[in-house]
Amino acid sequence: MVQLLTPEGKFAPSASAEEFLPYFEKLTDADFRKFYTDMVTVRRYDTEATNLQRQGQLALWVPSHGQEGAQVGSAYATKDQDHIFPAYREHAIAHIRGVDLIELIRQFKGITHGGWNPFDPKHKNFHIYTLVIGSHALHSTGYAMGITLDGKTNTGTPDTDEAVIVYFGDGATSQGDVSEAFVFAASYQTPQVFFVQNNHWAISVPVSVQARVPLYLRGTGFGIPGTQIDGNDVFASYAVTAKHLEDARSGKGPSLIEAHTYRIGAHTSSDDPTKYRTDEELQGWIKKDPIARLETYLRESGADEKFFTSVHEQAADFAADIRRRAVELTAPGPESIFRSVYSEPHPVMEEQQAWLAAYDASFEEEA
Amino acid sequence: MSVQNLPLGKAINLGLREAMLADPTVVLMGEDIGTLGGVFRVTEGLKTEFGAHRVMDTPLAESGIVGTAIGLAMRGYRPVVEIQFDGFIFPAFDQITTQLAKLTFRHEGALSMPVVIRVPYGGHIGAVEHHQESPEAYFAHTAGLRLVSPSNPHDAYWMIQEAIASKDPVMFFEPKSRYWPKGDVDTSTSGFPLHASRVVREGTDVTIVGHGAMVSMILQAADIAASEGTSVEVIDLRSLSPIDYAPILTSVAKTGRLVVAQEAPGFVSLGSEIAATVHEKSFYLLEAPVLRVSGFDTPFPPAKQEAIYLPDADRILDAVDRAMKY
Ligand SMILES: Cc1ncc(C[n+]2csc(CCOP(=O)(O)OP(=O)(O)O)c2C)c(N)n1
Ligand SMILES: [Mg+2]
Repeated sequence: MVQLLTPEGKFAPSASAEEFLPYFEKLTDADFRKFYTDMVTVRRYDTEATNLQRQGQLALWVPSHGQEGAQVGSAYATKDQDHIFPAYREHAIAHIRGVDLIELIRQFKGITHGGWNPFDPKHKNFHIYTLVIGSHALHSTGYAMGITLDGKTNTGTPDTDEAVIVYFGDGATSQGDVSEAFVFAASYQTPQVFFVQNNHWAISVPVSVQARVPLYLRGTGFGIPGTQIDGNDVFASYAVTAKHLEDARSGKGPSLIEAHTYRIGAHTSSDDPTKYRTDEELQGWIKKDPIARLETYLRESGADEKFFTSVHEQAADFAADIRRRAVELTAPGPESIFRSVYSEPHPVMEEQQAWLAAYDASFEEEA
Repeated sequence: MSVQNLPLGKAINLGLREAMLADPTVVLMGEDIGTLGGVFRVTEGLKTEFGAHRVMDTPLAESGIVGTAIGLAMRGYRPVVEIQFDGFIFPAFDQITTQLAKLTFRHEGALSMPVVIRVPYGGHIGAVEHHQESPEAYFAHTAGLRLVSPSNPHDAYWMIQEAIASKDPVMFFEPKSRYWPKGDVDTSTSGFPLHASRVVREGTDVTIVGHGAMVSMILQAADIAASEGTSVEVIDLRSLSPIDYAPILTSVAKTGRLVVAQEAPGFVSLGSEIAATVHEKSFYLLEAPVLRVSGFDTPFPPAKQEAIYLPDADRILDAVDRAMKY
């Protein structure tokens, strides 16, 4: 398992980390602070969203608490031209790619099924969430096939070469769609990284039900090499993803990363994890927290109290702003349910929209 | 007579338990159904009572679940599969429609497929995408499958046991918005065979037919109609395939008017099928065309807009008014 930063916050790369160290060495102290700031900000946001759900403001919330290391490290390893296909828990990645996190609130408040346009440059190719487990793995592979068809890998100008990274969970690896994505990716040698956040649970089902061998080996039989990382080590996540993506962009084909992490919170706001996992297990993982270890590392390398105070203040402001805007969000009018079903005019949509308008108007006449 | 007052979810739980006690070949399969007892807790306690070999927390793969249930049925088991939510049945669509539905025919009757697929379905729970849909028409269109949907705890208790006893594959649609309201369950007798529809309220002016959660919505509409002087007869379909037409045709002969209400989109749906059949069989008895009330022919919208999409008592009453005006 590739690890650079131990749970105690010591920089002590594992032997397996060696080939990835050159990528880590490009990082500066400013980068470390950025990682830390984003991890803290998104965790604070996640807590706020959980509270909003409890207060009846959201239909559902999917917490990211605990998985910030895997997400922030890998997100910073992407380049602007890369495309990112998330599952539904990748809030930190959305944030780093420039998606205003109120968009996720809109989705979980029940106002939209999507939220943002991934092709708008300000969202830096961060695709919308997918709730049907594993189905987006194939989309990511197809997108990557398109990059190959366009000749956009290994062009000689690495700064513009493109790749795709797709995120899914340990549970998702059991879906046929994910295995089929492996087959296509290997067959067409797509420029892509499959990033598995193994948080050890698929709702109440432990990863042992999904896999009897470590998931980073799942791709081997398909011809897709894998690396296992400590997903709570943001440095490992950054360095390993940076190398895998660079390999993809330079035409070396698909690969897989299994990030060991843990969902500290519930699966969603509807879930009660005490029904299926032990407090002992939870406490063990809290000790491996991705933020705490980076904080220790930063303190030991000279960050002062002022820095930490200001990060936490910024995060609190960020969350307060989200809360303010979340409460004000309202759903669009009835016409919107007919609006984007098709891209071209459709007689049934026109007819049913007109019927509904007349029907609603009939109540206004009565009133 | 032995009556218990139970929510529908618990009634299914008890029905499953009875079936498992009665027949050791009954096994349950699905995501999160064991330790957790299912996301709706319908299978709660069954893993503890019957063991992990009869209540299987499966890998996360619907095609895998249904495909292996088929193999278990070949081996002599009676698998009861849970699909976690309506919108997640589609990875299993191939196994259900090309295999489960057709294996008996393909074996020229030498093989039966006693598999039950439980599907929590329908809206009114304010959930995110894929968690509120009514996909029954896709399956009703496929020969070889039987489809049923209980609207109340008593029916749920008996229908799940009858579905498990059937030699044919049965898709058992559970109206998730009705999981929690309680109703009397008579555990001594069912009262109706699995594929019988049922008159749940008698009336003389208009007949309204529906299934699942829609039945309670129709009953609300019938109350309002009664207060406005219109007498509504209400029929709970119970079985979606085959459809038990006799009570519907008898009712239409009396009222001359029929409204069919459903949450699912209207285009090529159960409502269309019933309307066509009743027109064919009762044309001279009708005072008005059969009218359909349904979800719109759009994807199920985001939760905040579900009230726009889902037919409510007013939309049903609007159809009643239109039927009465002919
Ligand atoms: C096709 C499909 N089946 C079932 C579900 C219900 N479901 C939602 S999340 C989940 C578990 C996913 O586990 P994993 O892939 O490990 O991701 P995690 O939630 O742990 O991040 C399940 C079963 C779904 N969304 N899609
Ligand atoms: Mg997981």
